[in-house]
Amino acid sequence: MLASVGAEWMKLRKRPSTWVLGGVWLAMLVFFAYVLPYLTADSDTGPEAAGALASTLPAELVGNAVAGYALFGGALALILGALSAGSEYGWGTVKTALTQGPGRLNVLGGMLAALGLTLVGMVVLTFAVSAGASAIVASIESAPYDWPPVADIVTGMAGGWLVLAMFALGGVALGTATRGTSMAIGLGLVWVFVVEGLIRASASALEFLDTVQRALPGVNGGSLTAALGARTVEEGGAPGVSTLISGWQATLVVAVLAGGFALVAGWLQRARDVV
Amino acid sequence: MTATAALDRAANTSPATTEPVLVARGLTKRYGDVLAVDAVDLEVHPGEVYGFLGPNGAGKTTTMRMLLGLIRPTAGTATVLGHRPGSPQALAEVGALVESPGFYPYLSGRDNLRVLARYSGTPSYRIGAVLELVDLAGRAGDRFSTYSLGMKQRLGVAAALLKDPRLLILDEPTNGLDPAGMAEMRELVRRLGEEGRAVLLSSHLLGEVQQVCDRIGIIAGGRIVTESTVSELRGQADLVVVAEPLSQAHQVIAGLVGDGAVAQQGDALRCQVPAQQVAEVNRALVSAGIDVTELRREEKSLEEVFLSLTGSGATIGEGGSHVG
Repeated sequence: MLASVGAEWMKLRKRPSTWVLGGVWLAMLVFFAYVLPYLTADSDTGPEAAGALASTLPAELVGNAVAGYALFGGALALILGALSAGSEYGWGTVKTALTQGPGRLNVLGGMLAALGLTLVGMVVLTFAVSAGASAIVASIESAPYDWPPVADIVTGMAGGWLVLAMFALGGVALGTATRGTSMAIGLGLVWVFVVEGLIRASASALEFLDTVQRALPGVNGGSLTAALGARTVEEGGAPGVSTLISGWQATLVVAVLAGGFALVAGWLQRARDVV
Repeated sequence: MTATAALDRAANTSPATTEPVLVARGLTKRYGDVLAVDAVDLEVHPGEVYGFLGPNGAGKTTTMRMLLGLIRPTAGTATVLGHRPGSPQALAEVGALVESPGFYPYLSGRDNLRVLARYSGTPSYRIGAVLELVDLAGRAGDRFSTYSLGMKQRLGVAAALLKDPRLLILDEPTNGLDPAGMAEMRELVRRLGEEGRAVLLSSHLLGEVQQVCDRIGIIAGGRIVTESTVSELRGQADLVVVAEPLSQAHQVIAGLVGDGAVAQQGDALRCQVPAQQVAEVNRALVSAGIDVTELRREEKSLEEVFLSLTGSGATIGEGGSHVG
């Protein structure tokens, strides 16, 4: 298994799209979580402006860092997962890897572990860049450097990683199921940005949809990030963040969904012919 | 080495006395109503280069994929080096190139092999060795996406050799190679056989199979229609005689070998004459005052044999006779 992790890690590390996705995510983080709120606060004097400025200060590090995971970060993680699994079929490298002899589930396990490691890197970078941006804002505004407790930061990192891992595993399952990248990414993004939104919008009118939305990846990811300190949409926070579900329940559902996606990918990888 | 030399090697290999490295019994694959592979029986022995010949869609690649564990058979069994196809134990000593070589386009040739070496636990010194072997060391640092078709194919062969395997399964390894590259590949395959490795080689090129392989299995419509050595498949060579007067020559030869063994074909006679009797035929014709202008032994080409067995079309290309 370690051998497969090494192989998959090398592939991910050297793949340009991994760095492009990471770069896009960090650029979005800096712009939407720090630059935009700071400019809003700078050009207004109302309570919203004060709230926007407060969100960029060191005390809000955890909430601000994980706020984007429920939607944009999750979408990028889904793309990463779909690319990792789907490209193997597009390039015909599935057969090349499998004929080396590590075993089908071993190869998949290596891929998931390497993705997990990559996401750890993304989460650490997210917090590092957020901390840097917060420090710069605090410095400009002469605000105190009130960093959150280390335990909160570690919990935030773990929760954020879990949300990203769920989306990445969803991407892996889609990439494996569709044996490609285009369809997997297309379906995944339509789900994240359209289908979940429509279900949420209709949930207040139809009771069964309210039950359904409580099992959705995005809703649970958003509730988990809210529990970690991210501001909800109603509070002027990032899209997808809500308090619909308690933090623990959301954590449980996110973990179950992540496990379910991994099982689907594993079953497909093991059962299907490589043609 | 010529086809004759390959046959000599086959004789020395004595398949009957060696344990086969690859055995398939009744291997069958069905996709819905389509029977892609129909009860294929196959044995490949150490040191043997086995040619798998058949038109497009005959079931060659599907059979190879089943032997590698990439496709599960609908029926039948197979063992590879004594293990279940696709099991880590079997694949540990099998090198394979199936259809077009699949590699990561953003990685260099060397890094692609590094990835594969990590999967298989192969020591890294093998990477340089196989790159040298396929003459790709000079471009090993370049991205795979910049490689020509022939270079990609050579990297595929390098990947197949990475584990220093006892059994090689090569599906059309000369695809995309220029004539010089094809000759090198043939030489490499022959050398691998001489080193004691078993090679299962599929090819469209009849000439290539003829030159390289010890035994040939011809597959058509998912079934192996015949399996033999090249010389057995081509049968005994006929004696072609061009002489004047032809009718008198006919009588003389018929007197020696029997009337049923002589047939007129245009302005020549095609005779079934044992090799040791050819000189006697020549003497008899000359003694009878017949002008002999041509006397030669002519074997059936593998292409003729192939066409008669499969009924498929064939065209002649640069690399020799192409099937399908």
